[in-house]
Amino acid sequence: MIAYRYDGSFPGFLCCVWDALEHKIEPTAFLLWEDGPTLWKERRVPTDENRARRLYAALAKRVSGRFRHFIFWGFLTCLPERELALFTLIRRGMTQGKRAAMDLSDPVMARVMLAYQKLATEQDHLKGFVRFSDLDGVLTGEIEPKNRVLPILAPHFAARFSGERLALYDRTNREIFLSDRGRWEILPAENFQMGPAGETERSFRALWRNYFKAIAIEGRINPKCQSAHMPKRYRHVMTEFMADEIKSALGERTGKEP
Amino acid sequence: MDVMEKLTILADAAKYDAACTSSGVSRGGKAGTIGTASNSGCCHTFTADGRCVSLLKVLYTNHCCYDCAYCVNRRSNDVPRTAFTPRELAELTIQFYRRNYIEGLFLSSAVLKTPDFTTERMIETLGLLRREYRFNGYIHAKAIPGADPGLTYELGLLADRLSVNIELPSEASLRLLAPDKTKNAIFAPMAQIRDGSAQSKAELKLYRHAPRFAPAGQSTQMIVGATPESDQHILSLTEGLYQKYHLKRVFFSAYMPVSNHRNLPAPAGFKPPLLREHRLYQADWLLRFYGFTAREILDKAHPNFDAALDPKSDWALRHPEFFPVEINRADYEAILRVPGIGVRGAQRIVTARRCGSLTFEGLKRLGIVMKRAQYFITCSGRMLPGLRCSQESVYRRLTGLEQAELGGESWRQLSLFDGNVS
Repeated sequence: MIAYRYDGSFPGFLCCVWDALEHKIEPTAFLLWEDGPTLWKERRVPTDENRARRLYAALAKRVSGRFRHFIFWGFLTCLPERELALFTLIRRGMTQGKRAAMDLSDPVMARVMLAYQKLATEQDHLKGFVRFSDLDGVLTGEIEPKNRVLPILAPHFAARFSGERLALYDRTNREIFLSDRGRWEILPAENFQMGPAGETERSFRALWRNYFKAIAIEGRINPKCQSAHMPKRYRHVMTEFMADEIKSALGERTGKEP
Repeated sequence: MDVMEKLTILADAAKYDAACTSSGVSRGGKAGTIGTASNSGCCHTFTADGRCVSLLKVLYTNHCCYDCAYCVNRRSNDVPRTAFTPRELAELTIQFYRRNYIEGLFLSSAVLKTPDFTTERMIETLGLLRREYRFNGYIHAKAIPGADPGLTYELGLLADRLSVNIELPSEASLRLLAPDKTKNAIFAPMAQIRDGSAQSKAELKLYRHAPRFAPAGQSTQMIVGATPESDQHILSLTEGLYQKYHLKRVFFSAYMPVSNHRNLPAPAGFKPPLLREHRLYQADWLLRFYGFTAREILDKAHPNFDAALDPKSDWALRHPEFFPVEINRADYEAILRVPGIGVRGAQRIVTARRCGSLTFEGLKRLGIVMKRAQYFITCSGRMLPGLRCSQESVYRRLTGLEQAELGGESWRQLSLFDGNVS
C-alpha cells in the first residue's frame, strides 16, 4: 500500500509513474504536497523535468502521439482518481505498445475516454463562450469550468490575439492565464477581481446584447434546443446573459436571461 | 442614425439566412494581425431559437431594388432602410472579435442600385478589414447574383467562404416568387466559385504565395415550404449540388410567413415546417457522412419523409434484408448504416474489436446507445439476450422513441441540426 506525493503538475505526475514503473510499485493513491497525512506508506517524488520529458517522449514512441495527447488531456479532466486510471493506461502502453490505445471497451479506458470527451466538449465550448472585456487595454475575462481547461485555451487565445494583452481567470482551479503580445503563462491566483468597465466597453456590451436579441427568429423560439447546445452553467459570465451593466462578471450566479 | 440602430435593423434583416458556420479553413496566428481560424469552426453563442451564432451576420444594406415575394427586404415592403459605412462595419467587427463575441464576419447585402455597385461596397468593407485592420479571422461573403465575375473574384480573394443562395428548390418557383432572379444568374457565380477555388488550390501546390480564392469553399441555402416541391425533389437537388458544384454545405430554411403575397401560403395560421426542415438536415447528414444516396433515402414510392421516424431508421425498416449487422465482422460502411450508431461510434467499434470480440456490455462501454441499435445488430451471432420483437413492434418502438425525443406537443420546434458542424 504505497501512496505517491507530488506537486500536482503533469511533469510531476509523470515522475511518479516513472518511479512506480522502475520499482514495480502498485500505487494506492496520488496525493499533493498540501494534502493531509494518511496511513499509507508514502513516496515523495520531486519533479524532474528531464525524466518527465523522457517518459513523455517514450509514450509517443511506444504507443502513439494520439495516445500521449489522450494521457495529457486525461490529466486535465476532473475524473475522480484520474492519476490511478492514467497510471494503469500508461503502464499498459509501455508493456503492450499500440494495442493499449485500441482497447476502447476496457473499463479503465472507457472511464478515461468518457472524461476526456467531456473535457474536449468543454474546451470547445469555452473557445466560443469566453467573453473578454477591454479594461484599460487589457482583455479580461473569467470562466468557471468543470475541468482544467486553461492549459488548452491558453495557446488558442495567445495565438488569436497575438497583439493584445490578455487575462483570463479560472475560478474553479484558481489560476490565471496571462498573455502579453503572444508570450503567455499560467499562474496560481487565489483571488481575482475584475475592474469596472469604461464607457466604450459598456457601449460594445450593449451593442452585442442588442445584436444577440435581433438575430433570433421569434417564430422559432426554442429554449430547449438553445440549452442543449449551450448549457446554462456557462451563462453567468457571458455578456449577452448579464442584464445589469453595473454588476460585473463577478456577480452571483444568476442563470437568468436578460 | 447611430450604429446601434443600424445594427438592429441590418441584423434583423439578415437573420433569415440559415448559414452561420465558420468552418472549412485552418489558419494559425500571424504576428501583426488579429485572428485565427479553425477547420471545424466555432460557435460563440446560441440565440433563443437555438441557432448557433458564429459570425457577425449582417447586411451591408437593406435597400433593395428587387421585389422577391418571400423576402423581408423586398422593395415593396415598408420597413426602415439603412446602410453601414465600410469603416463602421470594420470597426464593429474588430471590437466584437477582440471580446471573443464572434469568429468573424458574415457579410451579405440587399441589392443596392445594381449587383456590381453592391459588390464594390462589400469589397471596400472587406478590404478595409483585411488590409488596414489586419484581420486574419473568418469572413463569409455572399456573392451577389448578376455581379461582374471580376468583382466576384475580388470578393473571393478577401473572403474565406462565398455563398450564393439558390433561394427556391425549382426554376418554376423562382419565376413565380423571385421574378428578378433567374436560374442562370444563380448558377453562373456558383460555377465560377467552384472553378476559381479549384484553380487556386492547384496553384497553391505550385506557388506558396498564389492568391487564395475562397479557401473554405462555398455553401448555399433554399427556402422549404413556400412552394410545393416534394422532399425527394429537394434531396436529389441537394445531392446534385454537392456533386456538381462541390458545395461544402446546403442549408434549408423553413419558410417564415413574412408576406401575404398571392403566390405564397397565407400567413394566417401558417406553421413554419420546422419538422420537415429537421428531417432534411438529417437526410443531408446521411448524404455527407453516412454514404447514403438520395435515391436510397427517398424514391417515387416514398416521395416525402415519414414525420414519425428519422430517415435512417426509416431506411433500415424498409431494408430488413440488410440486417442484422454483425458487429464483430461487418465493414465500417455497414455498421454506419445501423440506426443509433454514428460516425464516432462506428469508428470506435472498428478500433476496439481488433483487441477481441465485442459483447453488448463492451458496446455500452464504448458509448453506443442501444435503444435504437439493439434491433439491428448481433454480437458474435447473437441478438441482445431477452429481446423479442417483430417488424411491426420495432416500428412502434422506434416511433415511440422519436416522439419522446421530439418532446410531445412541442415536437415541431426541435431542430437539433442547426449547429455549426460542417
